[in-house]
Amino acid sequence: MVKRIVVGAHYGLRGWVVQRVTAVMIAVYTLFLLAVIAAQLPLDYLRWRGLFTHTWMRVPTFVALVALYLHAWVGMRDILMDYVKPTTLRLSLMVIVIVALVAYTVWTVQILWSL
Amino acid sequence: MRLSIYRYDPDKDAKPYMQDMEVALEPTDQMLLDALVRAKAVDDSIAFRRSCREGVCGSDAMNINGKNGLACITKIAELKEPVVLKPLPGLPVIRDLIVDMTQFFKQYHSIKPYLINDTPPPEGERVQSPEEREELNGLYECILCACCSTSCPSFWWNPDKFVGPAGLLQAYRFIADSRDQATNERLDDLNDPYRLFRCHSIMNCVDVCPKGLNPTRAIGKIKEIMLKRAV
Amino acid sequence: MALAVRKFDAVIVGAGGSGMRAALQLAEAELKVAVLSKVFPTRSHTVAAQGGVAASLGNNGEDNWHWHMFDTVKGSDYLGDQDAIEFMCRKANEVVYELEHYGMPFDRTPEGRIYQRPFGGQTRNYGEGPVARSCAAADRTGHAMLHALYQRNVRARAHFFVEWMALDLVRDAEGDVVGVTAMEMETGEVVIFHAKAVLFATGGAGRIYSASTNAFINTGDGLGMTARAGIPLEDMEFWQFHPTGVAGAGVLITEGVRGEGGYLLNKNGERFMERYAPTVKDLASRDVVARAMATEIKEGRGAGKDGEYILLKLDHLGAEVINKRLPGIREIALTFANVDCAKEPIPVVPTVHYQMGGIPTNYHGQVVVPKNGDPETVVRGFYAAGECACVSVHGANRLGTNSLLDLLVFGKSAGEQVIRDLKSEPMHKDLPRDAGEATRARLARLDGQSNGESVPSVAADMRRTLQLHCGVFRFPDLLVEGVAKIKDIAARAARTEIKDKSKVFNTARVEALELDNLIEVARATLVSAEARKESRGAHDRSDYPKRDDEAWMRHTLWYKEGDRLDYRPVKLKPLTVAAFEPKARVY
Repeated sequence: MVKRIVVGAHYGLRGWVVQRVTAVMIAVYTLFLLAVIAAQLPLDYLRWRGLFTHTWMRVPTFVALVALYLHAWVGMRDILMDYVKPTTLRLSLMVIVIVALVAYTVWTVQILWSL
Repeated sequence: MRLSIYRYDPDKDAKPYMQDMEVALEPTDQMLLDALVRAKAVDDSIAFRRSCREGVCGSDAMNINGKNGLACITKIAELKEPVVLKPLPGLPVIRDLIVDMTQFFKQYHSIKPYLINDTPPPEGERVQSPEEREELNGLYECILCACCSTSCPSFWWNPDKFVGPAGLLQAYRFIADSRDQATNERLDDLNDPYRLFRCHSIMNCVDVCPKGLNPTRAIGKIKEIMLKRAV
Repeated sequence: MALAVRKFDAVIVGAGGSGMRAALQLAEAELKVAVLSKVFPTRSHTVAAQGGVAASLGNNGEDNWHWHMFDTVKGSDYLGDQDAIEFMCRKANEVVYELEHYGMPFDRTPEGRIYQRPFGGQTRNYGEGPVARSCAAADRTGHAMLHALYQRNVRARAHFFVEWMALDLVRDAEGDVVGVTAMEMETGEVVIFHAKAVLFATGGAGRIYSASTNAFINTGDGLGMTARAGIPLEDMEFWQFHPTGVAGAGVLITEGVRGEGGYLLNKNGERFMERYAPTVKDLASRDVVARAMATEIKEGRGAGKDGEYILLKLDHLGAEVINKRLPGIREIALTFANVDCAKEPIPVVPTVHYQMGGIPTNYHGQVVVPKNGDPETVVRGFYAAGECACVSVHGANRLGTNSLLDLLVFGKSAGEQVIRDLKSEPMHKDLPRDAGEATRARLARLDGQSNGESVPSVAADMRRTLQLHCGVFRFPDLLVEGVAKIKDIAARAARTEIKDKSKVFNTARVEALELDNLIEVARATLVSAEARKESRGAHDRSDYPKRDDEAWMRHTLWYKEGDRLDYRPVKLKPLTVAAFEPKARVY
């Protein structure tokens, strides 16, 4: 087959916005977490664990981690686009990343709501 | 002055090598290009492009001591010797300091680098306020020397798909022009993970531009307009 | 082995302002056109033009084309052909508006119209005072214009052959031009471009002088090819010295600096132009200002350690105006003169800038030669426009900003003429049997040459000779000596040797071939200058200090064969208006 360069997937802006929005969410959560920890000092394992039994802690944590996964997806996708040229291999790696990130999401739910 | 020049002539060399040479300068020789012209008078096989010798035509872009720039406006006095001269990185070398710029111009052409306005032209000029004209400053001055695009890692990895800083600067030049009517089409074309969004704001382009232009800012402006359109 | 042949309707040689304006005309008419250029189009020397393009739009004060025409005729020291001058001045507004519609980023007036600034020799009401006629994009008008033209050509899908150097014209037995040979620089391959029309837009040859504002590529290739093909070159003694080249570096500082209010000072801080041109002072035409500067330097009033330059003062304009209207100048002064012009004056000297002469054409861009008593017989199939052509609108001295106008007007009209001619003669004429032979012989000579001289050393001698023997002021003994010297150098140029024999991007070969062209121009210049026994415009002789309309109001034609000279009358009759009769030239 003749090598043909195709571009024009029309989702560039979405990825870019997702990356920036999730970055802000992660940053806000980090501040929130630091504030919570500061309020709970001195912190031992039990208090740490207890923190996550509250909905006001679980929901933001969950949202932040999902943001982190989405952020990771865009970043990983960019890296694969830059460095992995064969389409099949790239797609396979992308699927692996997606599966892993979905698995992490499920795992996050499991951890947070099993405490 | 001492020069170390990248040499490769596919007609006779199996592979590239660096040639060290000592060039005798005249007191009037101020710029690196003057030294190169002297070197060529001694060894006529050294190949490089040059034309205006005042930094407006963009011919003599090369990698000078590791940084892209124009030989004609790089002062000899400010260079550390030996001056290592290599072709612009990331493009195929034709010979010595001459690179094949096809890919670079292909990307420039891909952004439709011309004013699109399908209304019938008036008898006189299309009116544009000084403020609207101001928008084009820092954009239209580009000389297409390729210093920026060939210093951009994103362009090195995807020269066939990423428009590169030079092309994107010109894309914004037309988006910013109050007389151009194709903003939507231009944005549609660029809304792509490769064409525009390979730019990760590394800012090498800003660092090397011999005309002091800022492609990263122009790229940011395109993204901003795109976002405005989407939300 | 015969050379490969490629067939096009038209071939344009050169992709600067006039070449691309013509290309646009042809590409938009859907003709099959090849545009050959030694460099990528936007690297052509038009890119270095700074100050503006003349058109009597009247956006910054009243103006009309009659005044523009008068200024151009007077500026030419009455050597310009008045039919062509009328044509150009009347067409000016049209071509400038077109350029604006192509996307040219002109500066704007508060009303949003094209910004115009005053320029040397451009006056209101037949010489009463300066007028703002120069349409400008900051001090990068040529750059903005060349890019706009290239962009429009991309839209029109013109076919560019980038980094192809044209080598020789191909003429058939009847003398008609049927093609051109050219070399692809990347591969060294030589091809015959077979065409119904060949249009030269190869620019000037300022590189025949040592100190020049011109780019390295300005080697008069079109003129060399024309001369070798037996066609004369017109008015080659007229070379414009731009008053303000950066001392030492030769880089151009636009007349727009003076248009915006800058002025020249000698070492005593005197604004000496008030003495030489009381009415318009620093905005007199370029030959007048350059001579005044050279006189100041000669008489010991130059600034600098050895009194070798003049000062161009513009700091009084203020940083704001400089950054807005003259940002490129500030950059150039910093880079090449180590001077911040917002604080101190720039050291400048008159520097060779523009070639008023060239390939003789009429205002349709058709090349014309004297034949059987007719001074203007058209050479069929051959056209020229821009600096390489002598229409002649600039006569003995060009006005600033008239060159960019020349490119647009005559690039377009040559394109239109080609279209008309292709309609009436739609078939290719056959190539002569020996097509390309001259080129092959030239290349074979160069490749086989041993014990020859190096190209840079012959070229340097040529440049020194022109600089010394044919400068701002010309002296009879120096001219005679110069002619002898240049003939000798021309003989040496025929024996140049290059060490580099590579096929791939051989710039040594390119420079040797360019020297073949430069040397023809240099010879034409000295021979024509020596013969013209008067002072007119840029040609100023010590032994004949006055203009002599009786004997010399005529165009020089130089033929390569035997350095023969011929003359043709100046066309004093405009197209529609009354002629401007020759008068003493005072500014």
